[in-house]
Amino acid sequence: MGDWMTITDTGLSSESKNISQYTSETKMSPSSLYSQQVLCSSIPLSKNVHSFFSAFCTEENIEQSISYLDQELTTFGFPSLYEESKGKETKKELNIVAVLNCMNELLVLQRKNLLAQENVETQNLKLGSDMDHLQNCYAKLKEQLETSRREMIGLQERDRQLQCKNRNLHQLLKNEKDEVQKLQNIIASRATQYNHDMKRKEREYNKLKERLHQLVMNKKDKKIAMEVLNYVGRADGKRGSWRTGKSEASFFLRNEDEMYKILLNDYEYRQKQILMENAELKKVLQQMKKEMISLLSPQNQKPRERADDSTGTVISDFEEDAGELNRESMWDLSCETVREQLTNSIRKQWRILKSHVEKLDNQVSKVHLEGFNDEDVISRQDHEQETEKLELEIQQCKEMIKTQQQLLQQQLATACDDDTTSLLRDCYLLEEKERLKEEWSLFKEQKKNFEKERRSFTEAAIRLGMERKAFEEERASWLKQQFLNMTTFDHQNSENGRLFSAFSGNSDQDNPTVHSRPRQKKPHTMSNGSPVCTSKLAKSLPASPSTSDFCQPRSCVSEHSSVNVLNIAPEETKLNQVGRESANQKWSMASRPGSQEGCYSGCSWTYTSSHVEKDDLP
Amino acid sequence: MNFSEVFKLSSQLCKFSPDGKYLASCVQYRLVVRDVDTLQILQLYTCLDQIQHVEWSADSRFILCAMYKRGLVQVWSLEQPEWHCKIDEGSAGLVASCWSPDGRHVLNTTEFHLRITVWSLCTKSVSYIKYPKACQQGISFSRDGRYLALAERRDCKDYVSIFVCSDWQLLRHFDADTQDLAGIEWAPNGCVLAAWDTCLEYKILLYSLDGRLLSAYCAYEWSLGIKSVAWSPSSQFLAVGSYDGKVRVLNHVTWKVITEFGHPATISDPKIVVYKEAEKSLQRALGRPACPPPRAAESKYEIASVPVSLQTVKPAADRANPRVGVGALAFSSDNYFLATRNDNVPNAVWIWDIQKLRLFAVLEQLSPVRAFQWDPQQPRLAICTGGSKVYVWSPAGCVSVQVPGEGDFQVLSLCWHLNGDSLALLSKDHFCLCFLETEAGVHTAFRPPDHCT
Repeated sequence: MGDWMTITDTGLSSESKNISQYTSETKMSPSSLYSQQVLCSSIPLSKNVHSFFSAFCTEENIEQSISYLDQELTTFGFPSLYEESKGKETKKELNIVAVLNCMNELLVLQRKNLLAQENVETQNLKLGSDMDHLQNCYAKLKEQLETSRREMIGLQERDRQLQCKNRNLHQLLKNEKDEVQKLQNIIASRATQYNHDMKRKEREYNKLKERLHQLVMNKKDKKIAMEVLNYVGRADGKRGSWRTGKSEASFFLRNEDEMYKILLNDYEYRQKQILMENAELKKVLQQMKKEMISLLSPQNQKPRERADDSTGTVISDFEEDAGELNRESMWDLSCETVREQLTNSIRKQWRILKSHVEKLDNQVSKVHLEGFNDEDVISRQDHEQETEKLELEIQQCKEMIKTQQQLLQQQLATACDDDTTSLLRDCYLLEEKERLKEEWSLFKEQKKNFEKERRSFTEAAIRLGMERKAFEEERASWLKQQFLNMTTFDHQNSENGRLFSAFSGNSDQDNPTVHSRPRQKKPHTMSNGSPVCTSKLAKSLPASPSTSDFCQPRSCVSEHSSVNVLNIAPEETKLNQVGRESANQKWSMASRPGSQEGCYSGCSWTYTSSHVEKDDLP
Repeated sequence: MNFSEVFKLSSQLCKFSPDGKYLASCVQYRLVVRDVDTLQILQLYTCLDQIQHVEWSADSRFILCAMYKRGLVQVWSLEQPEWHCKIDEGSAGLVASCWSPDGRHVLNTTEFHLRITVWSLCTKSVSYIKYPKACQQGISFSRDGRYLALAERRDCKDYVSIFVCSDWQLLRHFDADTQDLAGIEWAPNGCVLAAWDTCLEYKILLYSLDGRLLSAYCAYEWSLGIKSVAWSPSSQFLAVGSYDGKVRVLNHVTWKVITEFGHPATISDPKIVVYKEAEKSLQRALGRPACPPPRAAESKYEIASVPVSLQTVKPAADRANPRVGVGALAFSSDNYFLATRNDNVPNAVWIWDIQKLRLFAVLEQLSPVRAFQWDPQQPRLAICTGGSKVYVWSPAGCVSVQVPGEGDFQVLSLCWHLNGDSLALLSKDHFCLCFLETEAGVHTAFRPPDHCT
């Protein structure tokens, strides 16, 4: 960028220079015009130049124009057009070479300028597009700014509204509170007013009552009276005592005395009850204590025998205490020391009991442990196995936890960030890809193995087929022989030849090819040449697809082939085999237990045989 | 269960004598005294007007008959039929009359609660107690009859005066820290006086005999407060029923609440036995065509399977004295049980186990419970609902008994005889006695709860 920036700078400067020239020059100079023309456009230049020159120079003003040009050129630093004259008087002569040089230089300059101009133009274009782009960007940003500003304003508005609402609610709350306060005040004031009124009314009522009382009681109402036939005796049999001023005080005192007596009695009664309750509680406590002692002492014999136990001392203490307490069975002595002793001893006992119980707990757990140990001794191996199993389980659990954690994290990640999730997903994808790759390679390997297996299989099948064929032929020959044996010798011979030809018609046809071609092609041709025969064979002699079954015939074949010439075709071997029929029959029998699948395997013979046979070839 | 014949009665005035030998009943202006065992009329007294109140003296020797309208009290002696005593309050009027515990004084409260006049039957003396407070339960005699506690109102303040009954001397006089004292009651041991405030404020005060404030208890504020109060016979517990439908039981040592019995409308605890009264089908009526048709159907109790929801009434919020809260409560004589009635569940009686401090049983009747009373001898509760049946509950079970007789005998009220053998059933204008079986008979009568009749 910097490069063309500088270039544009120069261009611009030259341009501006030109412009300044154009503007500053008052008279119409050709150069200025030219430059102007240059500025306008470069395409119509030639035409313009031509017209311009025609206008500039005429027959009449050649001299002038030359001199003008010379002047101009010299001012621009070109060498003079005129020849360097020795004398002043001599007229300056136009130096053609210089003119040409000048012209050339001018042209070069022109070209340079054009180049520069082009550069400048392209730069200008570039800049223009940049400018456009920037303007676009600017516009977009401006728009964004506008929208965000609008949004902000909207948010501000909302905020303001919410604040307003909040303020209103606060106001309402305050109002409500005020209302509550006011109502409370009203209630309180009403209550006080009510109470006040009530009091006033009550006072009035009391006044009225008083007045009524006076009126009713002071009237000496004759009606208010009691008519009794005769007064009855008191319930307690005493005579009614008259109240006199003197006795009033004593009466009062007596009443007081009685009252206090009653109160005292009540308190005494309650105290007695409490004492009884206390005594009972104490009894219960004592009993409990006794039971505790009896419970604890025999069991604590052992720890005491140990003697180093800290509890031992406590126990002895406690037993002393117990003895003491047993001695002073006066439980009614509820003085403070006794109480303290009691509480202390109870606390101690309690502590002992607690420790004892804890010990028991420990023992129980120990016993449990011991039990386990015994088991361990009995079957350490089992234990180890168990631990191993457990460890395995732990491992599995750990793995599970890990995967779960991963999943969880993944989930979490999805929850918190989409980018990270995509990244993570990518990671996982990669991982998966790798895993897949691994699997793929494994698969491939497996496939290869399978292929190998199949090859060996087919090879064996081929052999089997071949051998079958051989066997068939053998059988045929054997039958023939049989037949010949049955007939006369001559007839037999002729018959044999005929039969032979009839039997091996196909194979005879094939034989030349077999001989000419390499051996691997043979099965193909064979299957092509005698399909009926092979199928029949397959039916009659089901091939064995299993490798174990194949091994046998294969070994047989190899044996067979080693015995025979390598390139011998089954058709040929047949002749040899006639004599060895018994052996061949034997191996065919061995191959028989195979299943019908041989038919199927036969189909793929052609394709796989080439590899298989190759191995055999060397 | 046997029933006596039906006797006439007016104003539900029928009382057993405190010694349990006699039964006084009023028919208009006549007072009839019968022997409890034979129901023979022993005495017949004629008063000057229709009797409005009747009361036995503590020694069962005198009977007081009050005729408030006339301002008259007539006293009769059982031993001396010819002896008579008439107390006329004259223009002062009469609103209440009662015996003093010694049975030799009559306390008359004049109209407008101007004063209480103490008339002596032994001497000519008359004492006046001024400023008695007109309230729910303003007079309380201690059980031993030694003291009288009286609520007073002076200068818009509540006071409590304790009098010695033997000579009517004022023993203590102290102001109660209440807004508007509603009632006072002595503990059965006579050493503690409970005083409670009006229903506008939940406040219960406990005073010692010598006027010291032992404790004050307030369960809540602002809402309607105490509706009923009951002491346990051992003075150990004070049960306070309030308008919030709860009973709070205070103990006598710290005077603090030891438990709170709510009265929920639904009972879901399977340990609680809920007896539900159910009408018996009238198949027996077919066999007895002569049976009068207006007779109410017999009923029996069924054990309802929990959860049970009890029938509640919605109280009118705009009325005074709303039918809510615990309006009645009573301890059994052996202190083991507490029976309560929540007024907005009017058909139910709750029976609480005080030893375990939990609900023991609930009885739901077909109609609102009018009254219930504990047997004075054993934990046995008699209930009436204003119908022709009387219901008896005991821990062993529950029975519903039809009151036999001509027409419909609507049991409005009942009261136990002292020894718990018989029960007086009062209707609007009749009464009869109901004799419960003796110990041996009771066991056969009370079947186990799951076979209750």
